[in-house]
Amino acid sequence: MPRYALGIDLGTTNSALSFVALDEDATAAPALLPVPQVVHAGEVGTRELLPSFLYLPGAVELPAGALALPWDPARSYAVGAFAREQGESVSARLVSSAKSWLSYAGVDRRSAILPWASPADVEKVSPVDASARYLQHLREAWNAEHPDAPLEDQDLVITVPASFDAVARELTVEAAHQAGIGERLTLLEEPQAALYAWVAANGDGWRKQVQVGDLILVVDLGGGTTDLSLIAVGEEEGTLQLRRVAVGDHILLGGDNMDLALAYAVRTRLEAEGKKLDDWQMRALTYGCRTAKEELFADPARQSFPVVVPGRGSKLIGGAIRTELTRDELTRTLVDGFFPVVGSDARPQVPRRVGLTTLGLPYASDPAVTRHLAAFLGRQIGAAANLPAGIHAAGRSYLHPTAVLFNGGVTKAPVLRDRIVEVLDAWAAAEGGAKVKVLEGGDPDLAVAKGAAYYGRVRAGRGVRIRGGAARSYYVGIERAELAVPGIPPRIDAVCVAPFGMEEGSETTLPDVLGLVVGEPAVFPFFASSSRRDDPVAVRVDPAELEELSPIETTLAGPAGQVVSVQLHARYTEVGTLELAAVDPATGNRWKLEYNVRAE
Amino acid sequence: MEAERLGFMTRLWMFFWLPFKVLFDSSAAWKVEQALTGASSVALPQPAAEKPQPPPEPKPEKKAEPAKPKEPDVAQALHLLAVLQRDGRFVDFLQEDVAAATDDQVGAAARIVHEGCRKALAQYFTLQPVRNEAEGTQIVVPEGFDPSQIRLTGNVTGKPPFRGTLAHPGWRAAEVRLPAPPDGQDVRVIAPAEVEL
Repeated sequence: MPRYALGIDLGTTNSALSFVALDEDATAAPALLPVPQVVHAGEVGTRELLPSFLYLPGAVELPAGALALPWDPARSYAVGAFAREQGESVSARLVSSAKSWLSYAGVDRRSAILPWASPADVEKVSPVDASARYLQHLREAWNAEHPDAPLEDQDLVITVPASFDAVARELTVEAAHQAGIGERLTLLEEPQAALYAWVAANGDGWRKQVQVGDLILVVDLGGGTTDLSLIAVGEEEGTLQLRRVAVGDHILLGGDNMDLALAYAVRTRLEAEGKKLDDWQMRALTYGCRTAKEELFADPARQSFPVVVPGRGSKLIGGAIRTELTRDELTRTLVDGFFPVVGSDARPQVPRRVGLTTLGLPYASDPAVTRHLAAFLGRQIGAAANLPAGIHAAGRSYLHPTAVLFNGGVTKAPVLRDRIVEVLDAWAAAEGGAKVKVLEGGDPDLAVAKGAAYYGRVRAGRGVRIRGGAARSYYVGIERAELAVPGIPPRIDAVCVAPFGMEEGSETTLPDVLGLVVGEPAVFPFFASSSRRDDPVAVRVDPAELEELSPIETTLAGPAGQVVSVQLHARYTEVGTLELAAVDPATGNRWKLEYNVRAE
Repeated sequence: MEAERLGFMTRLWMFFWLPFKVLFDSSAAWKVEQALTGASSVALPQPAAEKPQPPPEPKPEKKAEPAKPKEPDVAQALHLLAVLQRDGRFVDFLQEDVAAATDDQVGAAARIVHEGCRKALAQYFTLQPVRNEAEGTQIVVPEGFDPSQIRLTGNVTGKPPFRGTLAHPGWRAAEVRLPAPPDGQDVRVIAPAEVEL
């Protein structure tokens, strides 16, 4: 019997583990596990967060035992604070943003490709491996502290971005299995976790802060990603119900981009003064700018904060470069640069394609969070029909949120929260809507982990649950039955196999009967959409309107060459993943379709 | 000018070294304190600015048991130096000749040292004042007070109890979380040489 509900925030830049005892009364708040980790070579310390960085040292680089952990004196790699710090000066051996790679279909996510673009003699791991090592570290840390209640026996919730598609979710589960976790695992979308944490922090008071007809916008601005979700407040049998009605796309844009932008702004000024900075100094400048930013945000009366870049050698005083970050630069670069005041019809600007692009993570090309927000709310107007009465009014060009919950480190800055609220209010005012209210009492850094643990307890039967089902609709590509024309590939129809909002535990079957050849791999193109919410099962759609994911495939076992008639099944599992299978209706034989994440 | 710079450096020095001395070498700590008192009129703290002026005044004290290592623990001492250098470039700062540098330059470097060492200090020590009264308050030093906790200065005559003004509330390391120096490494290396490849 599990004794705890555990929540793991497996973040792009930081991870955390929160827990709550299942036998405690429902008001107990989730606590955080202090995570032992190597913080300096040869030194283990505990931190609330585990930086999601993996360092793969060279054979002679560190003294023996420098990476020893209390539970593994012979550890040969580092995860956490030391990995991040060491990796800043030896970047070719640092794995970072593994989570972003996990959701990027442009590479084979199971092959050893990280650290990305590092020399051939550096040991490499796959995005799945790296995620598994973070999870394994958390598991070991928990088990060292709770030998009588090992993590693998507890109820565990791992959070994923709402924007993760079925493949990225599956790979997250795979990483968990690799880390020895998985028997009692559930996935939860991060913005939902943030809202759960807010509900947990407010106790019953949350029912006073929102009413039926509220539409809550969760703005989750983390270190590396921006994640948006809409959650509607409805009513059923007299009690408030929460339903997640829309999720945004995966936007690789976060606080790290902002700190870097500040550093570049300051560097430009320094270079104009004739001071050149090398890479090492640039990192020190980025660090200094982050500190200065936090100080300026904390004290609105201050007009500037000094930034000092130390000399590289032993000459600290002679080699230091002193400058300062001014409020004007901060406002121009960060507030207006990343959160410009735009109209609700603004859309992210897509740059002209350059002939040669380097393969790598598809970072957002438009840094304006407000434009991404406008695009999200505008595109999700289709969700209006599914909302409880009173949320949407005819004649509006986008979905008007009535409340906003901020999450993620970036939103700790009041200036940035105020700017987002100002922009939302201006959009609403232009269409006769009301101002949004800000849901207070969140915990931007730790809410996701805590909300995940809280959700674990909700699943055990206590507290309000956010409904939602699948955040996308999914389609399988099937060739049209028509005369073959030499030289022209057969046309493909995308057939809806899992409709939008499909509930956990439910299953669908496509009526089409397909003939599959035994012994040969059968490969189907696979598609998804986050905005087509009315497509029923089996409807045929033009693939051009969808987002293509990794293909799905299976190889039927049996006497080679034989043809078997199968139907495709889809099941949205309790874990929160989508499982596809080919089933022979005659015999009941079932072949699981795997996501093929090998790059084309 | 000169005096001001010295005063500033001294403050930094005291800020980082006092807890360390007290911790690992009680006799050295005592000597430093004595030296400070003796020297205060000579070259040490000058500027009116900050808290540093040492001479505290007599006061009562009942709590008694400061940890007293008999032998200086060289490895721990060196490790603390290494930590302060790593996080705040402490040794670089003290080893550099400041005579030729302008106050602006020294000030800029001091920010690096201050930020880094302050973080290290907070990480590994919990510091508290020895006396919780505000500086400048009148307090009473009772009979049987602990002279390692309270140093009397000025017109020290007669017997306790004494009445006096609290000139400096003192510092005490309430908690020490300094990790053991890593095994198998040369403890005398305060900062490894760095070679960029």
